[in-house]
Amino acid sequence: MAEPRTAQGRMAGTHGTLILGAAVMVIPFAWQLLTSLKTLTNATRVPPTLAPDWRWANYAQVFELLPFGDQFLNTVLVAVARTAGQLLFCSMAAYAFARLRFPGRGLLFGLFLSVLMVPPALFVIPQYEIMADLGWLNSLGAIIAPGLFSAFGVFLLRQFFLGLPRELDEAARLDGAGPLRIYWSVMLPLAKPGLLALGILVVLASWNDLFWPLIVNTDPEQMTLSAGLASLQGQFQTDYPVLMAGSLLASLPVIVVFTVLQRHFIQGIAFSGNKS
Amino acid sequence: MVMTEEGIAADRAAVPAPAPGGRARRPRRWTAEAGWAYLLIAPTGLGLAVFYLWPVLQTGYFSFTEWGPFGGHEWVGLDNYRALAADTEVRQALVNTLLFALLGLLGIPLAIVFAALLNRPKLRGVSVYRALFFIPVVTMPVAVAMVWRWLYNGDFGLVNQFLSVFGVEGPHWIADPATALYALVAVCIWAGLGYNIVVFLAGLQAIPREFYEAAEIDGAGPVAQFRRVTLPLLSPSIFFVSVLSVIGSLQLFDLVYVMAGSGQAARSNPAMPRIQTVVGLFYDKAFYTNDRGYAAAIVMALLVLIVVFTAIQFRLQKRWVHYG
Repeated sequence: MAEPRTAQGRMAGTHGTLILGAAVMVIPFAWQLLTSLKTLTNATRVPPTLAPDWRWANYAQVFELLPFGDQFLNTVLVAVARTAGQLLFCSMAAYAFARLRFPGRGLLFGLFLSVLMVPPALFVIPQYEIMADLGWLNSLGAIIAPGLFSAFGVFLLRQFFLGLPRELDEAARLDGAGPLRIYWSVMLPLAKPGLLALGILVVLASWNDLFWPLIVNTDPEQMTLSAGLASLQGQFQTDYPVLMAGSLLASLPVIVVFTVLQRHFIQGIAFSGNKS
Repeated sequence: MVMTEEGIAADRAAVPAPAPGGRARRPRRWTAEAGWAYLLIAPTGLGLAVFYLWPVLQTGYFSFTEWGPFGGHEWVGLDNYRALAADTEVRQALVNTLLFALLGLLGIPLAIVFAALLNRPKLRGVSVYRALFFIPVVTMPVAVAMVWRWLYNGDFGLVNQFLSVFGVEGPHWIADPATALYALVAVCIWAGLGYNIVVFLAGLQAIPREFYEAAEIDGAGPVAQFRRVTLPLLSPSIFFVSVLSVIGSLQLFDLVYVMAGSGQAARSNPAMPRIQTVVGLFYDKAFYTNDRGYAAAIVMALLVLIVVFTAIQFRLQKRWVHYG
């Protein structure tokens, strides 16, 4: 009976390694949670104690140091606007590229794809100038506007539309439906998994974005959480328990969304991950 | 590969149905269809043109200009690029950024090992493990940076507390020029591991089990199976992840910005010259010291770097990437 025992041993080794790896992933967050409930004195004790002081006041203090409520609302609004914009605009373009025939299709799609290859830092000075000219600096509009359009979204959804059987549009065409009708009534409902995957990716990218919000908004009331937290770090004497409470609060919503929609999330990544 | 197959299908799908009677006359609908297509593409097309395509050209133009304190700019030819070539700060940032990109690749073998473990048949709790590994990927980078700044703290940080158990006195990781870069690379690898595991896991699951069964019949042990079946068939995923990883590292900003600080905070960190990235330097020049022409030249250099590196990777892929 040596055979099953080695197999069992190997399985135990696998679990051991995976548990060790998972621990390295999770311990920082556990430590963050513990620190967020400590007093500053207790947090900076050497050697450290695991026991928190259950100082929930740290969480209240986040709201005093920052306009946290406003920033939370800003972050939600920006994420919702960008996601709605991208889902609509990208799906329209993706449908046209995947299903319609028109002169210049290859050239236009190539032009779209070229945007994917350019590092975002190359866009921001002119984007900033546009926002300044419009008088939009320090407004949510400035954070939202460029994020309404995405070459990546068009690419991802085009892949989904390409995967749908062509008998569908033929049947709809025979029934007298035009391209707009086919897009709205046939393609969109069928592309739900793709739309959901793109939606999750846009929400995540928008929620976590720092670079662009940092550039256009210097007024704390108009900032998103990411930029707000970053500014907190620079401006105040470092009160780690409060910082930990703030960063935990800020990242919690996406972690919850991820936990609920994990399957779609993974699908989106696997889909974009297999594009080569 | 998948793309080309689907592309062909799409071309087929897009050919208008022949008119009744079988004669392939060009239907009048064709122009209407093109009209609809342009209309559907218009919003994204205009948005990309205004916010992305035109700005690239403008940044290129700006890199030949010098900006006054009140926003005006004048053409100065190659001055910025000449200054760039002689600027030790820029050179150091380029070296740092390249180191981030190269050392970041060490995360790939780590991700493959974990993906292979997760891919074992009859393993329980795969989705739980995957979720745990994935948490850093979805967590706000600013929050990640803050947690690690705290963990790396020289006096109270958990990392040094852990090391002290073994009698090792750890440095001030992020403030010590000797360790700061490596400490940051470790966080980057940690943060991206879950994403890479998911991509590799998808790649591994696409490998048919029969390949392993055949290899086993031929007498190949686990190591030989890994070398001769897994690695070649996983090479497209490895290539994809490595290209993405290099491009991502070359554009590193958030983690360094928060962990080392920017503006005044950065100036008090003795390790800053060793961890300043190209994008960090760009941000500093463009939006902190308002030297936008020079900043534009810096990101043009970054663009060249990314194009060169990606081209090298695509050139090398012919030697080691196998498309089944």
